[in-house]
Amino acid sequence: MNRIKSFLRDAFTRLEAALDAVFGPAWNPLVHTGALGFFCYFIVAVSGIYVYIFFDTGTVAAFASVERMSTAEWYHAGIMRSLHRYASDGLVLFMIVHVLREFAMDRFRGPRWFTWLTGTPIIWLVFICGITGYWLVWDKLAQYVAIATTEWLDALPFFGQPIARNFLSPTSLNDRFFTLLMFLHIALPLILLLILWIHLQRVSRPKITPPRGLAAGMFTMFVVLSLVKPAMSQGPADLAMVPGVVGFDWFYLGLYPLLDSLPKRDIWALTIVLSVILAAMPWMPPMKRMPVAKVFLDHCNGCARCAADCPFNAITMGLRTDGRPFAREAVVDPKLCVSCGICMGACPSSTPFPRIGDLITGIELPHFPLLELRTMVEKSSRALPAPSRVIVFGCDHADDIAALRSKEIAAISLPCIAMIPPSLIDYCLSRDLFDGVFLTGCREGECYHRLGVTWMEQRIAGKRDPHLRARVPRERLEKYWGAATDHSRLVRAVAAFAARIEAMTNESALSAEAHEKARYV
Amino acid sequence: MFKVLPFIGQAAVYAVIAALVGYFSDAPAYVHFPADRALIKLSLIHGGQRKGCRERTPEELSRLAPNMRRPLVCLRERFPVVVEFELDGQHLYHALLLPTGLFSDGPSWAYVKFAVPPGPHKLELKLQDSDRTEGWDYDQEVDIDLKPLQNLTIDFHAQAGGFLIR
Repeated sequence: MNRIKSFLRDAFTRLEAALDAVFGPAWNPLVHTGALGFFCYFIVAVSGIYVYIFFDTGTVAAFASVERMSTAEWYHAGIMRSLHRYASDGLVLFMIVHVLREFAMDRFRGPRWFTWLTGTPIIWLVFICGITGYWLVWDKLAQYVAIATTEWLDALPFFGQPIARNFLSPTSLNDRFFTLLMFLHIALPLILLLILWIHLQRVSRPKITPPRGLAAGMFTMFVVLSLVKPAMSQGPADLAMVPGVVGFDWFYLGLYPLLDSLPKRDIWALTIVLSVILAAMPWMPPMKRMPVAKVFLDHCNGCARCAADCPFNAITMGLRTDGRPFAREAVVDPKLCVSCGICMGACPSSTPFPRIGDLITGIELPHFPLLELRTMVEKSSRALPAPSRVIVFGCDHADDIAALRSKEIAAISLPCIAMIPPSLIDYCLSRDLFDGVFLTGCREGECYHRLGVTWMEQRIAGKRDPHLRARVPRERLEKYWGAATDHSRLVRAVAAFAARIEAMTNESALSAEAHEKARYV
Repeated sequence: MFKVLPFIGQAAVYAVIAALVGYFSDAPAYVHFPADRALIKLSLIHGGQRKGCRERTPEELSRLAPNMRRPLVCLRERFPVVVEFELDGQHLYHALLLPTGLFSDGPSWAYVKFAVPPGPHKLELKLQDSDRTEGWDYDQEVDIDLKPLQNLTIDFHAQAGGFLIR
C-alpha cells in the first residue's frame, strides 16, 4: 500500500507542479478537486431543475420530451441537458481524483478518519444518482442500464420477485414507473447533499467553491463542450429488441461490463468488500498519534486565536474553569487534534523573549514545546561559525531540509510551518542569533495541515494575529513554499538568500569600518 | 505586462479535461449483445398447487358457517414448480423452482436468458406445478422465427392457458 501511495504522491506532486506553472497556486485545479466536485454538483442541480421543467414522465413521453429538448429547443434546454450530463461526468472525475489525492497525500488517517469514512457513501450515492438519471431518458442506453441494474439487484436475496420483470416487454412497463424514478432522481441528490454536509463537519473553513477564475474557466469549458458535442439520446427504447451496442458513459457505467461477464452475486461481494476496505482504510494501519496540544491556563487569556486558526475544529472556547478574570478558555478535543502546532504559533503568549522563569505558553505541543524550540534555535546559532548565519525553518510534510545544513545555514523542521510564532523570527534577528531567516513549507494551497502556509503568510503580512512586528527587517526574511519534488529549487532559493545575507553582512561590516576610520581621522 | 503563455496553457488544460469528459461520456461503444444473435428470456412467476388438498366431509362442512363452506381444504405449503425448455429438440433449461416465503407458500419464479441464432425455431415448453409423477401439467410447442437482436419473452399465466410468448 505504501508503494502505491508513494507512487501516486510523486505523480500528483509532479502534475501539481506543472499545473502550478500554468494556473498559479491559487487556481491550480488539483488543489481544488473537492471544491470542483461541489461546483459540478451545483451545475448539475441548476441544469437539472431547468431540464425538469421541460421533461415529461411516461414510457413514450420521456424520450420524446428529451429528444425535443436536444433538437427543437437545443439553444436552451439542449444546452442545459448537455451541461447536466457533462457536469455529472465532471463530478465523477473530480471525485475520483479527490479520493486518490487524499489517499496519496496521507490525508485520511488519524483524526481525518471521519471525513474519509463519510466520503464512502458519497461515492455510492453519486453513482446511484447518475444511473437513475440515465433511466429517465428512456433511450437504448436507458433500456440497457435499467435491465442490467435490475438484474443485478435481483441477485440480492431481498426481493420476492425479480424486479427485472418490469422490463420484460413493452406492455409490462407503466408510466407511473417514471414518476417513481423522477422522485428518486430528485430525492437521492438531496440525500447526497446532506451527506456532503456531514462530510465537512470536522473540517474548519471547508472550500466548497473554487476560486472565481477557476470556476469561470471550468464553467466555460462545460458550456463549450455542450455546444461542440451536445449530449444526445441513442434512439427510443424498444423492449422487443436487445440494445446490442450502446454508447457508454464510462464515468458512471465503467463497471457494468462486469455484469455481463461475472456472476452477479460475485460482483455484489466484490463491491461490498471493496467498499468496506475503502471505508476501513484510515485504520489500515491506524496512524501513530502524537501527543495532542495542551492548554496552560496560567498563560491563556481566552483570546480564541488558537481556535480560529485550528484547521480541524479541534479547539473550542469553553467557560473559564480556573477562576481567573477571563470569560473563556481554550479546550482541546483530543479526538480531533492532529498535533500540527498551529495553535502554538497563533497564541499571543508564545514569545521566546522572556528569560525569567519557565518558558511556557498558553497552548503548545507537549513533545515539542516553545522552550525546546527556543533552545534548538540558540544551539543552532552557537554551532555556526560563519559571520553571516541563516536559519531555515521547514515543515515535516514538505521538502526534507536536513541536507541544507552547512557552516552558515542551520535548519529546524517542524510539524507545520505555522507552528512558529512570528515573535520567534523577531527573536532570531533582534538577538543577533542569525542574520537571515528562511521559511519553507508545503506548496501554496497544498498545506498538509490545510491552512498552515496561509496563516503564516497572513501573520507576516500583518493581516492575521499575531503579526510579525514592523521592526523586523523584511529583507532578512525569505519564504519559499514547495513540494518535496522541488528540492533543487529550494536549494537554489536558500543559496541565493544566504548569498544575499552574506553581501548585506559584508556591506554593513565595511560601512562600520569606514565609520570607525572616519572617527579617527 | 499581460502574459499570454499561461492563458494558452490553461486553455490547453481545459481542452484536455473537456476531451476526456466529452469522449468517455459516450465512447467507446460497448457491445452488450452480439448482432448475430437473438435473445430468449424465460421469466415466470407462478405458484405451485397447494399441498395436502382434500375434500371436506359433509359433517365438517355442516359445522362451518354458511359463508365458509368451501369443499376443498389445503395446507399452506405449495409444490415446487418444474420448468423445462427445449429449443429444436435440444434441452436448454430444466429447473426445480422452490416456492418462496418463510412457509414455502409464495410463488416460484425464474428469470433466465438464452442467446440463440436468429431464424426459425421450434420451442417446447413444459411446466409441472402439482405432485404428479408422470407427464406435465402444461406442455406447449411453438414455432417461432427470430430476427437478429430480437428479444423474445416467455411468460406464464395459468389463467390465460399456460405459456405466453411475446
